[in-house]
Amino acid sequence: MDVLIWLIPISLFLGAVGLVAFVWSLRANQYDDPDGNSQRILSDQWDNHPQP
Amino acid sequence: MGETASLSACPACAAAPLAQDRAARVMGPAQITLSVPGLHCAACMDKVERALQGQPGVRRARVNLTLKRAMIETEPGLTPADLIPFVEAAGYEAHELDAGSIAATATDRAGRDLLMRLAVAGFASMNVMLLSVSVWSGAEDATRDMFHWISAAIALPAIAFSGQPFFRSAWGALKAGRLNMDVPITLAILLALVTSVWETALSGEDAYFDAALTLTFFLLGGRYLDHRTRAVARSAAEELTALEVPRATVLRNGQEVLLPIAEVVVGDLIRLRPGARLPVDGEITEGHSELDRALLTGETLPVVAAPGQRVSAGEVNLTGPLTLRATAVGRDTSLHRMADLVALAESGRSRYTPLADRAARLYAPGVHILAALAFIGWLAWSGDARLALNIAASVLIITCPCALGLAVPAVTTAASGRLFRRGMLIKHETALERLAAVDTVVFDKTGTLTTGTPRLLNPEALSREDQALALGLAQGSSHPLSVAIRTALTGQVTPAAVTALREVPGFGTEAQWNGMTLRLGRAHWLGVEAGPQTATWLQSGRADPVELRFADSLREGAESTVAALRAQGRRVLLISGDSAGPVADLAKRLGIEDWQAGALPGDKAARIAALQAEGHKVLMVGDGLNDTAALTSADVSISPASALDAARVASDIVLLGGDLAPIPGALTTASRATARIRENFRIATLYNVIAVPLAVAGLCSPLIAALAMSASSITVSLNALRLR
Repeated sequence: MDVLIWLIPISLFLGAVGLVAFVWSLRANQYDDPDGNSQRILSDQWDNHPQP
Repeated sequence: MGETASLSACPACAAAPLAQDRAARVMGPAQITLSVPGLHCAACMDKVERALQGQPGVRRARVNLTLKRAMIETEPGLTPADLIPFVEAAGYEAHELDAGSIAATATDRAGRDLLMRLAVAGFASMNVMLLSVSVWSGAEDATRDMFHWISAAIALPAIAFSGQPFFRSAWGALKAGRLNMDVPITLAILLALVTSVWETALSGEDAYFDAALTLTFFLLGGRYLDHRTRAVARSAAEELTALEVPRATVLRNGQEVLLPIAEVVVGDLIRLRPGARLPVDGEITEGHSELDRALLTGETLPVVAAPGQRVSAGEVNLTGPLTLRATAVGRDTSLHRMADLVALAESGRSRYTPLADRAARLYAPGVHILAALAFIGWLAWSGDARLALNIAASVLIITCPCALGLAVPAVTTAASGRLFRRGMLIKHETALERLAAVDTVVFDKTGTLTTGTPRLLNPEALSREDQALALGLAQGSSHPLSVAIRTALTGQVTPAAVTALREVPGFGTEAQWNGMTLRLGRAHWLGVEAGPQTATWLQSGRADPVELRFADSLREGAESTVAALRAQGRRVLLISGDSAGPVADLAKRLGIEDWQAGALPGDKAARIAALQAEGHKVLMVGDGLNDTAALTSADVSISPASALDAARVASDIVLLGGDLAPIPGALTTASRATARIRENFRIATLYNVIAVPLAVAGLCSPLIAALAMSASSITVSLNALRLR
């Protein structure tokens, strides 16, 4: 059971990372245009030049 | 008033900030929003963005495909009118959106808030579930206690944050002395947490942290679905409003200035081009023209406008330029007073209790009594308060309306989405339920069953030469009848090369051809007697005038809609403000037996009230200001997007396209959706019938609670998805 001392904090930490990533994406307006985002990956316009 | 006073006291100092203000407005906003309804793919977005980004003065252009809008950051001084041609050159229709009207929905604050709480509840429930699974699979003693304490450390703050919408709503309902769905939810969550912490502190076996969290998660999911459905409808409705950018050409100090409507004051002189809609109530001071009042009164024939005549906001100026003195502006116009009356009548709608609330009213007391009985029973039986409380909590958790909370939003989201794709916008939360009960449909004529644009009936009454002359004359005017002549004859004949073409406002058009005077216009202008039908007369030289007759053209899908509604066994009525001739004509064409002409706004509402008194559930479809009273008094109402703002505000459902055809389908979808909601309630009840005895018997372990709850929620959601 010693392994739990590592596994539990690791799983909690990974979950927290996921939550923080979600909060960041929400704050960065990434959920404002779901239809557009799903189409934009098909566009080759920004492949070599990231969109400003 | 204050402004004029200060102007007279110190013209320069008062004018300075005003001028600055005006300059800032003329410079235009740095953020321009265009509506581009034709957007649908990745290529469209690229094309529009490239078309805009290449222009001087444009800093950044980004297309939002979900909202079908282009957001453009520009240098000051650029106006939407400068940019629209570029988008149109790329092949897409574009309209300016009023920045003031859409600012409110630019960011969906409430939606984000819900999404954040949903994410926190989801994260916490997954972690706690991980620990709970270890406990269920046999962790014991110190390990179990540690797992429980970690669960508590995650669950308590997570629920304190995520559960707030329910806590607030439940508290609000309790304060008002009512019960709603959130009261049992809140009580279950809180009781689950309290008993779990207590159990953990006494190193007991069962803790319900995972159940409390999954409950919060599922319910927030339902809440978010509900919010999104309405947010989409709201933003689309606001976009319709924003499309009408309200501006007026005002004469100030002898100069024409373009001002937002909000700045027009009583007494201002306003210039009105032909084709413009009147922004204010007023009195004509100069000019002769004709006014189209179809949206206000339902009359198809334009009325003559001459100096001294009082006119009201919402009418359309047709033939000649007019100058009018504003007598009422903004909220005082007759248009707005009507809209305010509608807002008052709106409160009548809230009398309708949604299905979910009716279910909660029965459900909440039942659950609470059951839990209390279980507590008392077990306390009397075993004398152990801890055991009794544990069982009461598990009863509350397992009966908690997880499925009930999801039943309504999941179904309405599926149904509204389906209708939205067919071009209908559900604005009101209970509109679907009310629509499902409809057995009588009342139509307005002008602008609803008909497009409100006339069509030439008898081109064959004219010789080919006369047709050429009529077309030549019609090109000189934007009067609806001239437009109808152009539509009918263009391509049939080549227009005659007439000279000295001029429009005589209020009468018609006049021109010279081969030394003859040609006239196209009103009957009495040409010295003949006017008939009952919509008509214009053509006179060439000394020959007798020829009558050209017109009728309103049917809106797309009108015939099939009426036929489909009758086939569904619903009663169809036609009530119009127009005169008897055209109404009878249309009723005959569509096969509507029950029609009424010359109805005033009050008559329409009274007729609907009479139908309701007979026990009918009435759907009103209308577009005019004269329909607003009827739209609000009907059980449920639909208006086309071309309707006047006031009518769109009054109706529950907006038809986005020009087509009426989705209406019969919407009625079917609505009744199927309501049936599905009731079915979901039955599923939830059935599940309670099985689970509650287990809980009361004390057999409900946290594992069973979690399984049962998730199973019922998922069943209900899947059932809702069948509607798509």
